[in-house]
Amino acid sequence: MDENLLATAATNGVVVTWNLGKPSRNKQDQLFTEHKRTVNKVCFHPTEVYMLLSGSQDGYMKCFDLRKKDSVSTFSGQSESVRDVQFSIRDYFTFAATFENGNVQLWDIRRPDRYERMFTAHNGPVFCCDWHPEDRGWLATGGRDKMVKVWDMNTTRAKEIYCVQTIASVARVKWRPECKHHIATCSMMVDHNIYVWDVRRPFIPSAMFEEHKDVTTGIVWRHLHDPYFLLSGSKDSTLYQHIFKDASQPIDRANPEGLCYSLYGDLAFAAKESLISSDSNRKPYIGDRRHPIFFKRKLDPTEQFEYISSSSALSVFETDVESGSMDWFVHTAKQYALAGRPLAELCDHNAKVAKGLDRNQVAQTWTMLRIIYSSLGTVSSTNLNHSMGKGSTTLPLMNSFNLKDIPSGLGSESRLDRSKGESRTENILMDSSSTLINNEDNEETEGSDVPADYLLGDVEADEDDLYMMDHENPHAEEQEYSLPQEAFPLRHEIVDNPSALDHLQDKADSPHVSGNEAETVSLTPVESFSLISISHSLYENRLPSDFFNPIVRDTLLFYAEQGDVQTAVSVLIVLGDRIRKEIDEQTQEHWYTSYIDLLQRFQLWNISNEVIKLSTCRAINCLNQASTTLHINCSNCKRPMSNRGWICDRCRQCASMCAVCHHVVKGLFVWCQGCSHGGHLQHIMKWLETSSHCPAGCGHLCEYT
Amino acid sequence: MLCATLLLLNQELGIRIPRPLGHGPSRFIPEKETVQVGSEDAMMHALFADSFATLGRLDNVTLVMVFHPQYLESFLKTQHYLLQMDGPLPLHYRHYIGIMAAARHQCSYLVNLHVNDFLHVGGDPKWLNGLENAPQKLQNLGELNKMLAHRPWLITKEHIEQLLKTEENSWSLAELIHAVVLLTHYHSLASFTFGCGISPEIDCEGGHTFRPPSVSNYCLCDITNGYHGVDDIHASPAASIPTTESVCEVEALMEKMKQLQECRDEEEASQEEMATRFEREKRESMFVCSSEDEESAPTRDVSRHFEDTSYGYKDFSRHGMHVPTFRAQDYSWEDHGYSLVNRLYPDVGQLLDEKFHIAYNLTYNTMAMHKDVDTSMLRRAIWNYIHCMFGIRYDDYDYGEINQLLDRSFKVYIKTVVCTPEKTTKRMYDSFWRQFEHSEKVHVNLLLVEARMQAELLYALRAITRYMT
Repeated sequence: MDENLLATAATNGVVVTWNLGKPSRNKQDQLFTEHKRTVNKVCFHPTEVYMLLSGSQDGYMKCFDLRKKDSVSTFSGQSESVRDVQFSIRDYFTFAATFENGNVQLWDIRRPDRYERMFTAHNGPVFCCDWHPEDRGWLATGGRDKMVKVWDMNTTRAKEIYCVQTIASVARVKWRPECKHHIATCSMMVDHNIYVWDVRRPFIPSAMFEEHKDVTTGIVWRHLHDPYFLLSGSKDSTLYQHIFKDASQPIDRANPEGLCYSLYGDLAFAAKESLISSDSNRKPYIGDRRHPIFFKRKLDPTEQFEYISSSSALSVFETDVESGSMDWFVHTAKQYALAGRPLAELCDHNAKVAKGLDRNQVAQTWTMLRIIYSSLGTVSSTNLNHSMGKGSTTLPLMNSFNLKDIPSGLGSESRLDRSKGESRTENILMDSSSTLINNEDNEETEGSDVPADYLLGDVEADEDDLYMMDHENPHAEEQEYSLPQEAFPLRHEIVDNPSALDHLQDKADSPHVSGNEAETVSLTPVESFSLISISHSLYENRLPSDFFNPIVRDTLLFYAEQGDVQTAVSVLIVLGDRIRKEIDEQTQEHWYTSYIDLLQRFQLWNISNEVIKLSTCRAINCLNQASTTLHINCSNCKRPMSNRGWICDRCRQCASMCAVCHHVVKGLFVWCQGCSHGGHLQHIMKWLETSSHCPAGCGHLCEYT
Repeated sequence: MLCATLLLLNQELGIRIPRPLGHGPSRFIPEKETVQVGSEDAMMHALFADSFATLGRLDNVTLVMVFHPQYLESFLKTQHYLLQMDGPLPLHYRHYIGIMAAARHQCSYLVNLHVNDFLHVGGDPKWLNGLENAPQKLQNLGELNKMLAHRPWLITKEHIEQLLKTEENSWSLAELIHAVVLLTHYHSLASFTFGCGISPEIDCEGGHTFRPPSVSNYCLCDITNGYHGVDDIHASPAASIPTTESVCEVEALMEKMKQLQECRDEEEASQEEMATRFEREKRESMFVCSSEDEESAPTRDVSRHFEDTSYGYKDFSRHGMHVPTFRAQDYSWEDHGYSLVNRLYPDVGQLLDEKFHIAYNLTYNTMAMHKDVDTSMLRRAIWNYIHCMFGIRYDDYDYGEINQLLDRSFKVYIKTVVCTPEKTTKRMYDSFWRQFEHSEKVHVNLLLVEARMQAELLYALRAITRYMT
């Protein structure tokens, strides 16, 4: 190798060699003017000092022997302009050429007539290539399509083994000496930095040099065996020698974990593999204890990609498909009772329905409502007595116990409040059909221990309060006691309900927001009993009557917000006047219309009609009165019948005769749409039990739905 | 058939029927020599169908371009993408920018087309009364439009900065790229429209008449373009009857090409010589102007939408003007322009790249009546001549070749179509390459269009790149 020898290529097609060892001022050595167009690249043979290769815009590559005046051989790529030529470092005779049309060709220097091999490497021009200094089969190429690709040439077909995506077209690639997988790149446009990539980790450069102010035009490692020094030139007229330890490492600034929600409620989470692999056996993710978000929903790691090279893992948690179905909606709609029975029964019934469908939160709400607005009516007196007895017997004991406990109880309550706030926002994040329902078992086993403590504390504190009040007014209880057993229409009593009960309300509220319905469900009987006892006591106190209507209103608003307009509307209907004034007309109307719309989408016509009928909103009520006319034609003269449904004005005949009994039908008339014969509903039903033909004898096979 | 009856019926009722004025899609090319709808081959048919589906009409540009279906396909695809598909600019902005660009060259054909489209996509009709009625943001673009159309070499990064850095009404980079591509597209399309003498669409102003056929048969555009019915009579025989002179023309051209091919290797000009040749060619191109230049009708403002005088065409003195040299190696489309466009307006770089490629490499290996001719030299000469007029220099090209291959009348035509397309006349069209087919002349026009577009783009993109670094 001659250190004084230098070769340059010019845009006008001239290849010049320079000898720095020349004594004269003009160091120019040789001049080759064989190329007709711009020469894009010249390359010395790695071992033969005198062998120089050039690649030009005109599509030719020429090999020069510096001891001769002319080129030794010419290679024609038979395609477009040559952008880069590189001698193989290990194979004495081989060189690679890259082309503007995306191809890479391999040539044997001894055979100028034909290339050895050709493959398409990039979409658009391939600007550069570089042979791996150690592994002789590897060739890296960089193109305008912003990719760096590493090809394994040992096999018969060139195989792409690594691909690095950069942010701008790649102008130069250079393997880093002594580091098998490292490669330096710089780009031609827009981006001025030099990157060193580990090809196994294609998404983030392992080192980055940011000194240049304009486009970097060339890079080279300073010494064949020194991986720490990199030289680079740039259009900003500077030449830099970079030392590797100065490089900035983007990895330090990168976010190690990523978390994202999808449109459909799926959750993707990427983190270091070590973090994830430690508990890969556990189904719910490790974070479930720390972040409520995780245990709010049952997360099945349905997909798990692992990138060995980058040693991080991505988990995608899908929302359970089951939970997406709206079966519960249909069932609930069908089974809810909205009117026709005393309030307490309705509430109980609906609570049962909700519970049957595993919607504990809703069931809880119904129970609460019954407690709030109804009272003893449904509870048997024996039970009551029992509980009262229990209450009174344990009274002193409880009292003392709770007195001690009050501070802690209060503390926990405030904490609960906080958690309520948090989890509410999360609830909104989830769609109405979210997995709350399905989560129970999981939560009970895993997530509930800690909150349960709070809860118990809370309950005790409340009970304590209640009993304290009891204690103050022990005699009042007895008086009130007889009332319910007289079977008063309880509802009116309850309208002006005593209502320091907001404690209870709180209590009932907090469990379900913190996601532990199972827990609270078991607690409710106790609550209700204790409640009864105070409700009477407080009755005496004459607290404002609709004291906690605002809370119920908030509950309804909350449900509507969540998308569960069904619950909101059902409660609205069941409670009727008790709550109606609390919510402004427009909101109510909005709820009604959405619910009716939903019902009609599920083709629950009867229920939607019932809802319309029961609604107290005028706008909604009107719906039932619109388009109620049914136009019918006379079956004889086929003219529209104007005033009465059973006798035609024109032909003076009774139009709707029962085909079975031959009398005029004035009530429910049913007829076959095929032959238009029909009659009394009862008669036709009876007829069809025995025969499927038309009773009028027209021979039609009647079909009724 | 049904239409005909209907028309007849209307006529009887006394309804005035507009009558098409043009003679086929182009005023320069006799109708019978254009591709007839109905006789097209499968590929052309598919293109017609596509074009009809996207535009809702078969415009005259399409009907002329279909001489070169391969190019037309790419052209339509690009235009569709620029106007209809996802992009940074709202639809009515795109059409308005098209109007602005076409109006620079007083191309009433394109202006009318896009006024319709502009209103169709819900543009505000008020804007059409002049640029000063359009939003400030578009008004800011006016300066760039003016420079791009006439003196793109003057665009600097300061101009770009002005557009991007104003507090309100500022452009984003992606929007600017979109606008620049649209502007250059319509500048060069205006060149094509005039270069091929595209007739107005029948439904546009000047495309039809209610007068009976005998009174007059030239339209508004003809007047402004200095086209007089008389010319037709003089020019047509020259084109149709091959004179001995014009036969020689082809022969001579081919001879020269052969010579250049052979002697290329022998005679090598020095570096300095090459540079001088470029400078000479560049200078000469400045002085090439048609003798008809003076006699052509005064530029009348055909586009009524832009009557504002400040927006009128500003002619600049060609004499004594210095065009700085732009070295193609410093900023080429393939290496730099493409990357920038594709980065800021994805896929468009690819589409334009394809279009440039097709236009540059398109050949049927024929020249007039000769077959199997390698025309690459001629094509390169035309391309480089146009770039030369814009001051773009290729180090590896010998500009002496241009003088050998392109005769004066051809240069006049190129210069006029590229720089002042509105002054193109039928005489110019007829007087160059008299022996060549019309399809070949359209081919030349495609080269002019693409070369011009690329040159404008290169200047604009270079300024943007400089602004970014």
